[in-house]
Amino acid sequence: MSTAAVKLSAPVKADSKAKTKAAWNYKNNVYFLLKILFAVSGFIIAALVNTAFPQKAAVDIKNYVITAFSFNISLTMNDAYVFILAALAVIYAGAGVRAWSDNDRRKKYSKRAAFRFALGLALALWDIGGTKLQFFPQPFFPGPAQVIEAYLADSEYILQNTLYSLRLYAAGFSCGVLLGVGTGILIGWFPKVYYWVFPVLKITGVVPAVAWMPFALTLLPNSFTAAVFLIVICAWFQIAFLTAQGIQSTPKQSFEAARILGSSSVDQILHVAIPHAMPDIFTGITSANAMAFTTLVMSEMLGQPGGLGYYINQSKVWSAYYKVLAAIVIMAVLFSLINHIIGRIQKHTLRWQEGVVKK
Amino acid sequence: MSSSINIQNVDRIYTDTDGKAVQALESVDLDIRAGEFISLIGPSGCGKTTLLRLIAGLDKPQAGQLSIDERKINGASPERGYVFQQGSLFPWLDVEHNIAYGLRARGLLRQKKANVSEYIKMVGLDGFEKSYPHQISGGMVQRVAIARALINEPKALLLDEPMGALDSFTRADLQDKLLELWKEKGTTMILVTHDIDEAIYLSDRIVIMTPRPGKISRVIDVALPRPRHRGGVEFLALRREILELFELAQAQPQPEYTI
Repeated sequence: MSTAAVKLSAPVKADSKAKTKAAWNYKNNVYFLLKILFAVSGFIIAALVNTAFPQKAAVDIKNYVITAFSFNISLTMNDAYVFILAALAVIYAGAGVRAWSDNDRRKKYSKRAAFRFALGLALALWDIGGTKLQFFPQPFFPGPAQVIEAYLADSEYILQNTLYSLRLYAAGFSCGVLLGVGTGILIGWFPKVYYWVFPVLKITGVVPAVAWMPFALTLLPNSFTAAVFLIVICAWFQIAFLTAQGIQSTPKQSFEAARILGSSSVDQILHVAIPHAMPDIFTGITSANAMAFTTLVMSEMLGQPGGLGYYINQSKVWSAYYKVLAAIVIMAVLFSLINHIIGRIQKHTLRWQEGVVKK
Repeated sequence: MSSSINIQNVDRIYTDTDGKAVQALESVDLDIRAGEFISLIGPSGCGKTTLLRLIAGLDKPQAGQLSIDERKINGASPERGYVFQQGSLFPWLDVEHNIAYGLRARGLLRQKKANVSEYIKMVGLDGFEKSYPHQISGGMVQRVAIARALINEPKALLLDEPMGALDSFTRADLQDKLLELWKEKGTTMILVTHDIDEAIYLSDRIVIMTPRPGKISRVIDVALPRPRHRGGVEFLALRREILELFELAQAQPQPEYTI
């Protein structure tokens, strides 16, 4: 029996082997190697552009000394930029090597190769058009190397301001979430609270939080608490609104089932109403989060002694647009990271929904 | 571990969405013996679910009194377990935590942790402890609902068409499971159904109700020995008798209603 099986399968095997050899796709080693080179080549081009093109803009090339592991490294902004490009190229080449023995990863990598190439190319074009040949109006469009220079020159100050922003965001947003969920539960559970509080929430909730800034700045003891207050109210109303909605939409039967099983009122809030409202609570948190970022940056720009918004404002005064861009890059990374963390928490909390709702 | 339930002269009136008063039950009297399996059967609108909800303590009667072991029924309690027709499991809890819900809510989980796996096994769901309700079949969902009610060791189990949404194979399977559990626990069982076969197959007595207003029209003793044969002569004779009560036995020449 086994010999027959082998005989039957032998030609099929040979055929499939021939097919993989012939197919010009990510499964082919040469093809995939070319894909890796393609992905990396953009950054290499960008690095070559940076070193080969003459600097036309009147920008001083200063030397910065970085101390790392008790080594003093002296480098210019162009050195740092090329170093970062090289690092990116190494990282993506490494990812390609890691994907080598896994077809799924190869496929993903091949798909992303074009975008990575374009990223490198865009950096090269930006470099040429910006600081190098000054096609774009200066100083509004500094080259990528100059943005890196902002980090070299201002590293400590930027870090300080980033931490200030983070502190403000963490204090404001966490208070906002707690207050929002708390009032949302009260509104959703007690009809009396709903009657008195909900209309107030509905009317004040549509007002952008920064509109309260004049009051916040004069009535609260210092500017930090004023900004926290603004972030709190912009998260509070949104989250309370959706939490209340989630609690109110809990099917009556769920409460009846819980009651018969021996659930007290408090137990029903904790174990029926809140879990049921959880998807709505997270909708509230994600949308409030976006508004909190806006409020954060605006209040920093309008009356804070620190923060990334403050840093942008201050840099603008000196026409240091490369520093403005540097702060924007940090915001993009930081806010994406926060969104990502919230998304992970949401996915874990709502794992029971997987397969129920269309994602 | 079973209770007698006494229903005396109960009236239940509710207002519908148009604000009109509807008499759902009118002077209902019924004595349910301890450990009995009793079915409430009748066309829709006859008040069978209303009566079951009154026994559960989910609603209150406008007149009359309901008592369990001579104590007045006043509000819902774990001593009267309830299985809803569908959709009563908590979708955010897996099978294990749904079943353990009552123990946790009453603060008995630490003490009776072993019961959870015992009841999971009893309804044949071992291996599905970590599944969420939407991941298991309709029949399994109702098994979870039954186990969840029984883990509280109720004196009476109230079943509101628990098999109404199941296909006939799953239904027959669950009926046998229910009888098995009833024999093992001796709990008083009160089943609301619109399925005559199901009522005859399971019950000691069948309460026949008629609508507008909801009333008990007859109580039939099912004196058939167990296990019962769904196609047996006596079974079919009883079936015919009940069908005649509902005037469904003869083919209607000119049906007034179409279903």
